[in-house]
Amino acid sequence: MSNFNMIISGVGGQGLITLTQIIAEAAKAEGVEIKTSELHGLSQRGGSVETHIRFGEKVWSPLVAGGTADLILSLEIQEALKVFSYSSKNTVFLVNRKYIPFENGLSEQEVEKKINELVKGEKHLVAASDICQKELQAEVVSGIYLLGYAVFKKLIPLKSKSMLKGIKEIIPQKYLELNKKAFELAKKNG
Amino acid sequence: MKKEILLGNEAIVQGALEAGVQFVSTYPGTPSSEIGNVFSQIAKRPNGYPGVYFEFSTNEKVALEAAIGASFSGLKCLVAMKDFGLNVCSDSLIPLLYTGTKGPMVIIVGDDPSCWSSAQSEQNTRPFAYLAHIPILEPSDPQEAKDFTKLAFEISDRFDLPIMLRTTTRVAHQRMPVELDQTPKTKNQNLTGEFIKDKKRFVTLPPRVLEMKAELLEKIEEVRNFAEKSKENKIIEKSKAKIGIITSGVSYLYVMEALKELKLDLPVLKLAFFYPLLERKIKSFIKNKKKILVVEELEGFLEKEILGLAKELNCRLEIYGKNLLSVIGELNQTKVALAIAKLTGKKLKIENSLEIENWKLKIPARFPRFCAGCPHAFVIAAIKKAAPENTIFGGDIGCYMLAGMPQYNLQDYLFSMGSSIGIGHGIKKSTNQKIIALIGDSTFFHAGIPALINTVFNKSNPLIIVMDNRTTAMTGHQPHPGIGKTGMGEKTTEIKIEDIVSACGVKNIKVIDPINQKELENTIKEFLNKDEVSVIVARRICVIAAKKNAKENE
Repeated sequence: MSNFNMIISGVGGQGLITLTQIIAEAAKAEGVEIKTSELHGLSQRGGSVETHIRFGEKVWSPLVAGGTADLILSLEIQEALKVFSYSSKNTVFLVNRKYIPFENGLSEQEVEKKINELVKGEKHLVAASDICQKELQAEVVSGIYLLGYAVFKKLIPLKSKSMLKGIKEIIPQKYLELNKKAFELAKKNG
Repeated sequence: MKKEILLGNEAIVQGALEAGVQFVSTYPGTPSSEIGNVFSQIAKRPNGYPGVYFEFSTNEKVALEAAIGASFSGLKCLVAMKDFGLNVCSDSLIPLLYTGTKGPMVIIVGDDPSCWSSAQSEQNTRPFAYLAHIPILEPSDPQEAKDFTKLAFEISDRFDLPIMLRTTTRVAHQRMPVELDQTPKTKNQNLTGEFIKDKKRFVTLPPRVLEMKAELLEKIEEVRNFAEKSKENKIIEKSKAKIGIITSGVSYLYVMEALKELKLDLPVLKLAFFYPLLERKIKSFIKNKKKILVVEELEGFLEKEILGLAKELNCRLEIYGKNLLSVIGELNQTKVALAIAKLTGKKLKIENSLEIENWKLKIPARFPRFCAGCPHAFVIAAIKKAAPENTIFGGDIGCYMLAGMPQYNLQDYLFSMGSSIGIGHGIKKSTNQKIIALIGDSTFFHAGIPALINTVFNKSNPLIIVMDNRTTAMTGHQPHPGIGKTGMGEKTTEIKIEDIVSACGVKNIKVIDPINQKELENTIKEFLNKDEVSVIVARRICVIAAKKNAKENE
């Protein structure tokens, strides 16, 4: 298998590092090499954040090179645009239809228009935040829902079993059931 | 062997535990903060992991000095800090190489190329090696971060010198599966050492100090011999190509990735040591080459060294490095691949990413911001209302640097820890302008106090607002001397900022909860007109820290 390159983008505080850790554990469970990269510190405070995930036969660099992402998972719609430089025409976009505005930012309509213009390949705009709020009263697990979506739609070459193992490894016992539910909900809805 | 996915910083902790570390001190700073956070959990009293002492020190100088004391008492020590912390502690670092260590000591320093989480400068810590004669190891990934930590302890133990492990953000915050030894040596170990008086060893007075320097230089030659033989330096030489690459740290990963992408098989020398320079190893690698590319981030110190060695060899070698790779910003595999392609004449197809890189700038930037309910935001709001136009705003290091973001625009200078007060004093002495110096609680303890004393001593009158949110927020909510709790969770004396301010001779002091906007506004107005220095302690707990505390008390 050639390396799989993935970017997760979002706004600081949305739980990107947790998702990154889960995917890393899932890849490890499948016995492939895995490296990730993330940033800590002030950038976490509500600014744009991105993490890099690479797994496969032989992974040297923890960074995804520009134009080489296989999958871009964005937890917020404007943040999908922010990491567009990692994509090529073969990149799959999986985007949470969640809009977190900021001063001088684009309007929701403008963002969606831009995404539709720019992303030539496969794209999935999923209202994960709304779905999780409605069905589980917990928007906080929308990232896990998207992870489930990626697995069941085969947007990421990792097994559902491995991902659940990753969830178990990383999520505290207290919130485990809720997270598993969010993951399975994606399958049910898919 | 069991493998666990670890962050680079967690791997350093694991390496230190496997080496049997006894005494750990730090001041938090990205990208090295998690080292302290993990030890803080491990060493938690009374029920935690026995066998490790841990402290969040007041600043990096004190952290290093604490470890020096422990080392002189025979304990195995680890000190961790970010790059700027090394500047703070350098005054004690340099003599430490002269005395040498007794118990072994490893100093972790995290550089941050591209300044992802650093204001003030894009520091390359490497030349501290020249200044202090401290050996520096540079790991490239979490596995090496663990292995090199253990190796550093071994070298320190053998040669009685402190050893520096220099990481960068992409090493410290990289994750990968790391091999674990099942039994860390720290379990149940004794933490009581003994200081045995030895003036010849621990007192750096002339003329002895010059003898010490000679001894140090001898030791460095011994370390060089040891390092030349270390298996952690790698030579990957499958082909007889005349173009070779020399690299170290995370740049090595980019080199290997780039070669794979370019389908090239060039010889690579990967150095584990930056200092002392592995002269024999490098000479034998370069002697039959025509071209050498040195791949290193930031300033080309290694390149300069290799240029010197090539001259000694008198070989007609072409050396490339900073003419193909920028001195500014971190590297990645694309930048390195472009440099290698240029040198080898190989064509590189880069999928539209570089053009898109420019396009990215057209997307509005989402700057970090104050969290909902952040007490700093209340202080900023009051200042906005109370301060007359043309007031100068001094910034300092902490979350309140966000005051400089376009939406607030309250930061007219920003330097190093504690400097909002120090520089503010100088401006006050040189102008008739009004000035408000902002400083955080942890930063105040770290380096603000001497600057405050200077304003009283030398009679200037800035208004200083201590943004006391009861934690070291930006780096992940570590305790500081004002909290009443140590890094191991023990109760301790809570040092009150207002008591210190008062003891420094400041007469205008007020402690205000910034939620009381009117009171804060009126006090700012009043204090800005005082002839003597005045201090407002704006005290309200950070919203995230409050949530964390509530969770812990559940």
